[in-house]
Amino acid sequence: MPNMSLVKNEMPTQKPEERIKNFNEVALGYTEEQAIDEAKRCLKCKNKMCVAGCPVKIQIPDFIAKVAEGKFEEAYQIILTQSSLPAVCGRVCPQENQCEGRCVRGIKGEPVAIGRLERFVADYHNKNCTEKPKQPVKNGHRVAIIGSGPAGLSCASDLAKRGYSVTIFEALHTPGGVLVYGIPEFRLPKAIVQKEIDGLRALGVEIKTNIVIGKTLSIDELLHEYGYEAVFIGSGAGLPKFMGIPGENLKGVFSANEFLTRINLMKAYKEESDTPILMGRRIAVVGGGNVAMDSARCARRLGAEVYVVYRRGMEELPARHEEVEHAIEEGIIFKTLTNPTEIVAYNNPDDKRDPRNMSVKGMKCVEMTLGEPDDSGRRRPVVKEGSEHVIDVDCVIMSLGTSPNPLIKSTTKGLDTEYWGGIIVDLNGLTSKEGIYAGGDAVTGSATVILAMGAGKTAASAIDDYIQSKKKAFE
Amino acid sequence: MYKIVKKKVLNPTVILMDIEAPLVAKKAEPGQFIILRTDENGERIPLTIADFDRKKGTVTIIFQVVGATTEKLAHLNKGDSLCDFVGPLGKATHTDGLKKVAVVGGGVGCAIAYPVAKKLHNLGCEVHAICGFRGKDLVILENEFKNASAKYVLMTDDGSAGEKGLVTDALKSLIDSGEKYDEVITIGPLPMMKFVCLLTKEYGIKTVASMNPIMIDGTGMCGGCRLTVGGKTVFACVDGPEFDGHLIDFDEAMARSNIYQATERKKHDEACNLFKKEVK
Repeated sequence: MPNMSLVKNEMPTQKPEERIKNFNEVALGYTEEQAIDEAKRCLKCKNKMCVAGCPVKIQIPDFIAKVAEGKFEEAYQIILTQSSLPAVCGRVCPQENQCEGRCVRGIKGEPVAIGRLERFVADYHNKNCTEKPKQPVKNGHRVAIIGSGPAGLSCASDLAKRGYSVTIFEALHTPGGVLVYGIPEFRLPKAIVQKEIDGLRALGVEIKTNIVIGKTLSIDELLHEYGYEAVFIGSGAGLPKFMGIPGENLKGVFSANEFLTRINLMKAYKEESDTPILMGRRIAVVGGGNVAMDSARCARRLGAEVYVVYRRGMEELPARHEEVEHAIEEGIIFKTLTNPTEIVAYNNPDDKRDPRNMSVKGMKCVEMTLGEPDDSGRRRPVVKEGSEHVIDVDCVIMSLGTSPNPLIKSTTKGLDTEYWGGIIVDLNGLTSKEGIYAGGDAVTGSATVILAMGAGKTAASAIDDYIQSKKKAFE
Repeated sequence: MYKIVKKKVLNPTVILMDIEAPLVAKKAEPGQFIILRTDENGERIPLTIADFDRKKGTVTIIFQVVGATTEKLAHLNKGDSLCDFVGPLGKATHTDGLKKVAVVGGGVGCAIAYPVAKKLHNLGCEVHAICGFRGKDLVILENEFKNASAKYVLMTDDGSAGEKGLVTDALKSLIDSGEKYDEVITIGPLPMMKFVCLLTKEYGIKTVASMNPIMIDGTGMCGGCRLTVGGKTVFACVDGPEFDGHLIDFDEAMARSNIYQATERKKHDEACNLFKKEVK
């Protein structure tokens, strides 16, 4: 008998007034009882709309059925056939636009909490499974992977399981890509990312940090001097965008990338870290995506009063619903339908050497109204006449999205890219150069962990086919 | 881990180290930089490459002790290792077609100016090196510069070595005496580079300045190193670190360079205390 409750089992969380004082994970996860009870809300529909909504086609009703039976490890194995990073995706996927957005239970009431169940199953496995993965039999072929974010990790995992000797090249000193430098500890504990990376190493994957492909080594060298037969580019979209308004280079204006990297990768919030972070009293985060929410919530935890400034309305915020809800609970103030036009500098005319000179004194903004829908289908924000005002802030974080890093394109002859930098690939992830594949944000521009992971898997299959067919031709 | 294979104290606060980093050494060119971290809690700091030996697989760094990281670095010895060392980053110095160049270095900036002078000298370019220091005790790389230049002018603020005065005084008198430079390359403290650029602008001599702003990743990801050059925002790590000195907004760069001054001072003091404790 299914559980006909109209609402999800509530996720236990740290109380807002407590969690704004620490960086520990906000959502604490279901208990076994809560998970089983929630799993029973699934109606096991014949036409599985949830699966259609999943970018990697996880067999959702099947794994949920196992959860309902209390067979959590079996549920994990079902997820694992389609996803390499369940503990990560259960936490960071925008489920409301994917699986849960299509769930029949959502028509009247709330959808089944698919994301929470995925997380539960993955955490259960990580906690209880001590079995080490078997080292696959090596097939003697070598593949290089550039970047250790979600795309690279999933591509590496699939190839290693098929017997390939895989080397991941990472530019930073810690593997994980955006999972490490971008997403904060309170949303995705780094121990979980580390567990995934340890799992890859156990499969025999080699990870070389501190190597910038395009600088330290080139793709051509990997293929022609180092003996790799194929390369997968999963270098992400790391280049931050700025608005191009006056005052953007003042002291106290940061890209979300810089702010989050200082906190997440460099642990600037910890006393023992040498990396400094400039903390304002009042901070404006410009933008409305997940990265904006992450920045705002990090700033809040460092003790600031925080505004999220977004040019469209609350309804249009591109961030996950849960992040917005959590941000509101944490006391973050949303100034929607507001757009910055200038960042105002502090200037002491009597003392040119005043260290406060050229730091942020405020942010000039205009109010917006929503007009006709634009190309993206969202209503276009239009400036409201005479609405100019200044917000009193001393720090501004620009979170306007990112674009692919041009380092690889500029050092790889014949690699075709879009005008905005995205690497051009076919359906299998093949670029304009033989043996070179790409996927994730490096191809799409900033998107989601799950899409990057899916692209990594697709490319892994294509690389396998490519190398095997070359081998056959050779024989 | 990246092993320190040589350590040499050049003056009371400036230290030279050769670091074992074969992949970096293989690609390094004058003008490029590396990013290092001393330990797991360490900050990532950029240092311009002072020299490299492709055969031995080593990269030379020369640094001045100014903050917590350089303090920690200074306490490491031959045989110790750095936790991270990545590069070569940024673009190499443009040397094509240069026949006569003035290389103007200030303080520890001379360490970065040296490989540029050496490369130009080896390419057959007539190099005039002007190096400025506060006083005699701080002079570094005097012989190296002499061997890599047709003319070497040493300037000190107090006149305790070479001539008394600023590097701009020396550059001005060389230009006024009829020396015609294709280009001036300047590397040193921001105020010095600003005044070198103001001077050469008057004379209409193309000038390149090597910038060393605050950065984290060094690959274009954080944007912390952004500068305004010719009215446009650029990232020193990927677009530079060398730019047309007549177009750089030096005042903005100076302001941005002291963002973390207060915290840095505190962290440096902490590091010093830590070492004092250990010595005892």
